[in-house]
Amino acid sequence: MEDFLYTMPLQQQIFALIVSVMVFIIVVDMVRRRKLREEYSVLWLVTSVVMFVLVFRYEWLVALTAAIGAGLPTTTLFLFSIIFLMLLSVQFCIKISKLTDQVKNLSQENALMKLEIENLALKGRDS
Amino acid sequence: MASILIIIPAFNEAARIAEVIQRVREVAPDYDILVVNDGSRDDTAKTARTCGAKVASHPFNLGYGVAIQTGYKYALAKGYDYVVQIDGDGQHDPAFIPDLLAPVIEEQTDFVLGSRFLGTESYEPSLARRIGMTFFRKLLSILTRTRITDSTSGYQAFNRQVIRYFTTEVFPCDYPDADMLLTLHRAGFRILEVPVRMHASATGKSMHTGLKPFYYMFKMLLSIFVTLLRKKDVPS
Repeated sequence: MEDFLYTMPLQQQIFALIVSVMVFIIVVDMVRRRKLREEYSVLWLVTSVVMFVLVFRYEWLVALTAAIGAGLPTTTLFLFSIIFLMLLSVQFCIKISKLTDQVKNLSQENALMKLEIENLALKGRDS
Repeated sequence: MASILIIIPAFNEAARIAEVIQRVREVAPDYDILVVNDGSRDDTAKTARTCGAKVASHPFNLGYGVAIQTGYKYALAKGYDYVVQIDGDGQHDPAFIPDLLAPVIEEQTDFVLGSRFLGTESYEPSLARRIGMTFFRKLLSILTRTRITDSTSGYQAFNRQVIRYFTTEVFPCDYPDADMLLTLHRAGFRILEVPVRMHASATGKSMHTGLKPFYYMFKMLLSIFVTLLRKKDVPS
C-alpha cells in the first residue's frame, strides 16, 4: 500500500514521458512554424516540463499531495490539470475581450474613413 | 455660431429613417445630421443619404452603444461643439431637440437626458420593464444624488467635453445607460433631465427581449459595482 504511493508503475512512467516530450516538441515546432504565438506557448511548455520532472521526482508529487491534503497523487494531477485548463481559458477570455475592443475600434475607424472618402469624392465632383 | 451635430443610430430602419430625418430637419434645419448605419441589411444607408444626411456605415452589426460612439468620434474629429442623439426608429419625438439643447448651450449643464417620465405624456412600458426601470432609477438617484427618472433614455444632448470623454475607453459600449450616467457623474459632469415625448417603437422590436433582460440586469449591476470600485478619473 505504502509502496504504491511512493513509486510510479513503469507503464505510467513511460506514458507520462512520451506525452510530455511530445507536447514539448509539438509546441516548439508550432512556434517555429509560426502557427502558435510565443505568448500562448508558455503555459503549455511549462506544463510539459513539470510533467517530465515529476516522472523522475515522483516524491515531489507525493509531497505536494500531502501538502494540499489530497488522498492520492492522481488527484493532485487531475486537480492541477483542471487548474491549468481554467487558467488557459481565462487567458483566452482576456485576449478575446481585447480583440473585441480592437475590432470595434477598427470598424468605427473604417466607417468614418469610408464617410470621409465619400465626402472627398463628392467635393471632387463638385469642383 | 456653435456647430451642432445630430446623431441618429439606425439598424434596419429603412422604413422609418426618412421620416425621422425629415422631422429632424423641420425642427432643426441648420444642424448637420449623421446617421450611423450599424450594419443594416436593408436600404437604411441609401435612404438616409438620399435624405441628405451624412452616413457612416459599420461593416457589420456592432450594437447600439458602438454605433453612437462612432457618432461621437465623428463629432470629435469634425470639431462639433454640441451633439444631440436621437433614435432612428421614430421613438423619440424630434420636436424636443431645442428643449434638450437649450440647457447645454446655456451652460447650465454638461449632459441632458430626455426623460419620458417627467410630465409630458408618453407611452407606458410593460410592468416588468417598469419594475426594472424603477429599481435602477432609485439606485442611480441615490448614487449620483441627482434626480434621474429615465436612465435608459437614448435621447440626449451634450457638450464637447462629454463628447471627448465618451470617445475614450470609459464608454460602456454594450448597454450605455445607468452605468454611463454614473461614470459621467463620477467624472464631475453635470447631468440634467428634461421632459420629452416618446412613442412605443412601431415595430415593437426592442433591445430587451428573451433572456436579454436578465443579462441586462446582471451586466448593469456588475458595471455599476465596478464603476464604484474604480478610482474617480476626472478628465483633464
